[in-house]
Amino acid sequence: MKFLNLKALAVIIGLGINVHALALENGKPAPEFTAQAGKGNIQLADYRGKVVYLDFWASWCGPCKLSFPWMNALQSKYGAQGLQVVAINLDTKQEDALEFLKTTPGNFHIAYDPKGVMPRQYEIKGMPSSILIDRDGKILAQHAGFNDASKAKIEQAIVASLGSK
Amino acid sequence: MKQFKPYKHLHRLALLGLVLSCTACSNMQLVQTVQPWEKGKLAKKEMTFDHDKLESKFAEHTYSSKESAFGGSGVGGGGCGCN
Repeated sequence: MKFLNLKALAVIIGLGINVHALALENGKPAPEFTAQAGKGNIQLADYRGKVVYLDFWASWCGPCKLSFPWMNALQSKYGAQGLQVVAINLDTKQEDALEFLKTTPGNFHIAYDPKGVMPRQYEIKGMPSSILIDRDGKILAQHAGFNDASKAKIEQAIVASLGSK
Repeated sequence: MKQFKPYKHLHRLALLGLVLSCTACSNMQLVQTVQPWEKGKLAKKEMTFDHDKLESKFAEHTYSSKESAFGGSGVGGGGCGCN
């Protein structure tokens, strides 16, 4: 009987931690998406042939604010070589995002997903999160969070992806 | 004549109820995890425990005086009992 109870307990605990902690697999095609941008919708297919740095951000997220100047620099540095930074805003109210952009502008593509469809598709685990997608639309690298260590790591991955045509 | 015992299967009924409520929770998403991108309201300043520095300092002072429990925060007293 005691053994049985233990088994039941194990099942209950197992169910509890069933939430899978893994993100998408590198090397697999990135999920196709549509997000509303300023002038119209953008899709992943629009960026075929470009290396896409897909970033998820929100106005209330401190590290996101820190990442904006750095992403601006990335876009101007590697844009000519085929990099496109695409930043998806996840605020439920678009006004919050627009307010954020007044003080923290971005020189890259910005789109809005207030319902949070894309982060589910891309199985985002933290804010900000970024996905590096190669010219054929395959996932190259994924990153959650943003600090000084992230900068070097991500830039390295970007340089490597731009080199392999 | 067989006597009807209404409480005979009560424990089974209770178990059934428990199982049903558990499945209802998971199926109807009554219990939802807050996703990382849904923490906008939680990130607000007023959602933190000590959003007002002065107020928390004041509360801390009162607490440590009333509880006479030094050591947890700040500098310990000289032992005069005067706080």
